Amino acid sequence: MTATARTPAAAGTPVPRPPRAQGRGAPGPWRSRLYRWDVRYTPYAFVAPFFLFFGAFGLFPLIYTGWASLHRVELASPDHMEWVGLHNYVRLLDDAFFWNALRNTLTIGVLSTVPQLLMALWLAHLLHYRLRAATFWRVALLTPYATSVAAATLVFVLLYGRDYGMVNWALGSLGISPVDWQNGTWSSQIAVSSIVIWRWTGYNALIYLAAMQAVPDELYESAALDGASRRQQFRYVTVPALRPTILFTVVVSTIGATQLFGEPLLFGGAGGQKGGASHQFQTLGLYLYEQGWFNFHLGRASAVAWTMFLILLLIAAANMLIARRLRKSH
Amino acid sequence: MTLTTTGRPKREGPGPRRRPRTRTAALRRLRRLRRRLRSRRRPGRQAPTPATARTRAGRQLHGGPLTYAVLAVFTAGSLFPLVWTAVTASRDNMRLAKTPPPFWFGTRLAENTATAWTEANMGLALLNTLLVAGTVALGTVLFCTVAGFAFAKLKFRFSGALLLLTIGTMMVPPQLSVVPLFMVVAELKWTDQLQSVVLPTLVSAFGVFFMRQYLLEALPGELVEAARVDGASSLRIIWHVVFPVARPAMAVLAMLSFVQAWNDFFWPIIALTQENPTVQVALTGLGRGYVPDQAVIMAGALLGTLPLLLAFTLFGKQIVGGIMRGAVKG
Repeated sequence: MTATARTPAAAGTPVPRPPRAQGRGAPGPWRSRLYRWDVRYTPYAFVAPFFLFFGAFGLFPLIYTGWASLHRVELASPDHMEWVGLHNYVRLLDDAFFWNALRNTLTIGVLSTVPQLLMALWLAHLLHYRLRAATFWRVALLTPYATSVAAATLVFVLLYGRDYGMVNWALGSLGISPVDWQNGTWSSQIAVSSIVIWRWTGYNALIYLAAMQAVPDELYESAALDGASRRQQFRYVTVPALRPTILFTVVVSTIGATQLFGEPLLFGGAGGQKGGASHQFQTLGLYLYEQGWFNFHLGRASAVAWTMFLILLLIAAANMLIARRLRKSH
Repeated sequence: MTLTTTGRPKREGPGPRRRPRTRTAALRRLRRLRRRLRSRRRPGRQAPTPATARTRAGRQLHGGPLTYAVLAVFTAGSLFPLVWTAVTASRDNMRLAKTPPPFWFGTRLAENTATAWTEANMGLALLNTLLVAGTVALGTVLFCTVAGFAFAKLKFRFSGALLLLTIGTMMVPPQLSVVPLFMVVAELKWTDQLQSVVLPTLVSAFGVFFMRQYLLEALPGELVEAARVDGASSLRIIWHVVFPVARPAMAVLAMLSFVQAWNDFFWPIIALTQENPTVQVALTGLGRGYVPDQAVIMAGALLGTLPLLLAFTLFGKQIVGGIMRGAVKG
């Protein structure tokens, strides 16, 4: 905090009262020097607080995590580090639970992202019509976004209860036998995904809506003149125009899915870090948490974190390739 | 967006009139420039409106009954879990262990809320979260506006590289920093102290980018230059030119970062314990069997969500607008 308090002050010092003796306007030499200093260096002062915090809480930890991942570090004595080289990574690749977590992260990611974005696209299409109470629909669809992971998951745990949950009751009244949402592999993953879908569909719908509103009207007009139906207009005008936005949301949702943590943790109840009795919905985030704070291996947790980072970099690279392809094809 | 004139009211006193101080002269000139800019922009902005309105009427069809029906279903889906939180929070634990599940409110809301307030530490948690989210929102807005202004309108070396670095950090997941941050917090004996959750989230790369994009368009470069020519220091420019112009975007960023800080999950559950929790930490404690009573758990979830829901009903329109504006530019 001290540094940030200092920077505006430093920027503030060169606010000189116009020296009375000099008369109006004509700046003295020291004043113009101060002024030049101000112009040249205050931009750095303006970005300094951000980069100070970013360096301390973003960049340094990122690098230090990589350093810690090459050491044996125990939770009880985090300042005692013993060099082990790549041992943590080797252990990771040997651990069946790591691969299980990676697989779960992938399947839950697909199960949550694909329906979520498709529904969001549909909702945005509907919201794009002229509607009565347009603001109400938008705000109402965004409310899940205001609900925290914890609160949302607690409700869904109750809704998905095996014996008395509302979902199974509804299924039962349709004549379908109850599903064990906690212990089945697919059922639990679908349940966890549904929490993600519930929280983020409205948000993504609004982002698509904003992009739709930016599509120039002339495109629709000429499409209509060419005799395109509304469905064809959606398919051949709206979707191509939205392509960058769709790519953007895919990337953001994928990043979110890679980090999935709170939903499976709380969905698992008391032993949540395991992600279910047989680790059936343990994600990489949970696996990291379990390694570090339940098995007390901070070094191995760091290795998991860096592996996640590498996966994200891969996703980013793939994204850039796809984006370049798209740009070329246009 | 309106450009507010922040200059002082004209003074009629004889003193300042005879000797025009450069500061007031600068402000007057600024005001004149602003007025000119405003009058220049007004007609330009309004001229195309009738045209677009006409074409919109052709394309933007009114939603049919089916549109409303689908939207109603999705809205019900979005709101139902929240309503049901309240329903279950007003029942007792015995009732929740019966089929069919309850559909209407019971009478025990006050009782359950009181139990959650004391046993799950929700009172302290709410206070803590208010403090944390408030500080984070304030810090984010302040630092990000200033940095965003520097990136948007000031020339300095490495600005391009620094901006790229900022955008790159938006992708770094929080998992990557928890191990070192935890080690630092343990070293400083900051466990259970609020600054350990505030400091790492006090700035946001998204915020810098968001403010930059906004100011790039909303703040005319002439305005800054005119103030410069008149000898205004950078700090004065920030206060009298940038802040008034950026106010709408600052409000949006404040709301978004408040929501985000309120719902922040991963780091707080590592840095804090049930002794001094934020809302999310307290809810996690509830979900992991800290209190076995389901109705009390739901009362806690309700307490933890209610403040944000309240804010959403009040500022929903602005939050929706902010997300959509951020989407087009991001």
